[in-house]
Amino acid sequence: MGEVTRTVTLEGSESGYATTRLDALLGWARKYSLFQYPFVTACCGMEFMAAVSPRFDVARFGAEAPRFSPRQSDVLWVVGTISQRQAPVLRRIYEQMMEPKWVIAFGTCASCGGFYDNYTTVPGLDKIIPCDVYIPGCPPRPEAILDGLMLLQDKITNGDRRPGVVKPRLDPVHPGAQGAGDLVTLRKSGKEKPAKEQA
Amino acid sequence: MSDLVLRKLKDRFGSAVLETHSMCGDETAIVEASRWKEVALFLRDDAELAFNMPIDLCGVDYPERLPRIEVVLHLYSLARRHRVRVKTRVGDEECNGCELDSLISVWPGVDWLEREVFDMSGVRFRGHPDLRRILLYPEFEGHPLRKDYPAQKTQPLIPYRTEAEAGVPLEKLAPFGPDEGMSFGREVWTNGKARRENRGEQ
Repeated sequence: MGEVTRTVTLEGSESGYATTRLDALLGWARKYSLFQYPFVTACCGMEFMAAVSPRFDVARFGAEAPRFSPRQSDVLWVVGTISQRQAPVLRRIYEQMMEPKWVIAFGTCASCGGFYDNYTTVPGLDKIIPCDVYIPGCPPRPEAILDGLMLLQDKITNGDRRPGVVKPRLDPVHPGAQGAGDLVTLRKSGKEKPAKEQA
Repeated sequence: MSDLVLRKLKDRFGSAVLETHSMCGDETAIVEASRWKEVALFLRDDAELAFNMPIDLCGVDYPERLPRIEVVLHLYSLARRHRVRVKTRVGDEECNGCELDSLISVWPGVDWLEREVFDMSGVRFRGHPDLRRILLYPEFEGHPLRKDYPAQKTQPLIPYRTEAEAGVPLEKLAPFGPDEGMSFGREVWTNGKARRENRGEQ
């Protein structure tokens, strides 16, 4: 769960044809044409706008086209806090989407309610609709968002409908550094530790 | 200038002004609920006061006090450039008699503010033309900013998914569990305590 496990390759030959399984071909096609429905309710929306704009360029993943009709969209981005009052709206939008459909919980509030532990907030969209990928962060960084998109693509390739969570990225400069504690040991030992495998 | 508002209020309403408070240009008058609209009209129409702009209206619950619900009105005078805060108190221990005259005929702008106070604190405004909930949904029962509303009580409009219909475990995945992730996260204060006790910690 959570890590990229397999990529599909189309076995080709020089005479110009390829053989593959039908579901693998469909998954390969689907993962590169994810029309998105942005359900943007809160401050995470600002980060979402930044992440889908040209600087980070989700068009590289074929996921740049927003469709403001749920019937034409493939992936529902739930971006921000879901209030109890919005819950029926969100479920209805999900029900209006055509199969196959996927859901991404963008940010901590959409995933579990965040710090809104009160009368008005739904503690995570999975209380109402199924969810495929959770992106933690308050708000998530663009890198985490792209990781979430790639994780979803991987799940589409493999036909995996179990929910997955985006893992924190390793710091490319200090591969062993995960937090302050690791930084301290890093400085004490005077050498960089090898990249830790995420459990 | 600063104590002009309070002085005029006391001259005009006498013992109906229950308390006043003034610090750093921050004037507060607490008036009797029965004179609420009269005070508002005076503050608007007196030429020296001329409060023509309602800034905010809100309700505060003090369960240890009687009357229990305090309604706070903030005013500003665009002409005179001064401010005042007017409060009044309504309601008994059970919040019966939480009623107040609507100020909508004094300042039309308090329309939605009065609806918010009704929604959150349950104060009914006599004479308001459209007194219904503004932030919460009509099915909501109770008034969440009263201190006797349970802090974690939710009233979902649609039932949450069950594991039977989802077909998958609905336990929160890491890092969204109740005692991980954000330190101010959900259920930390109630379940977190129980968890620590189960682990034999203080």
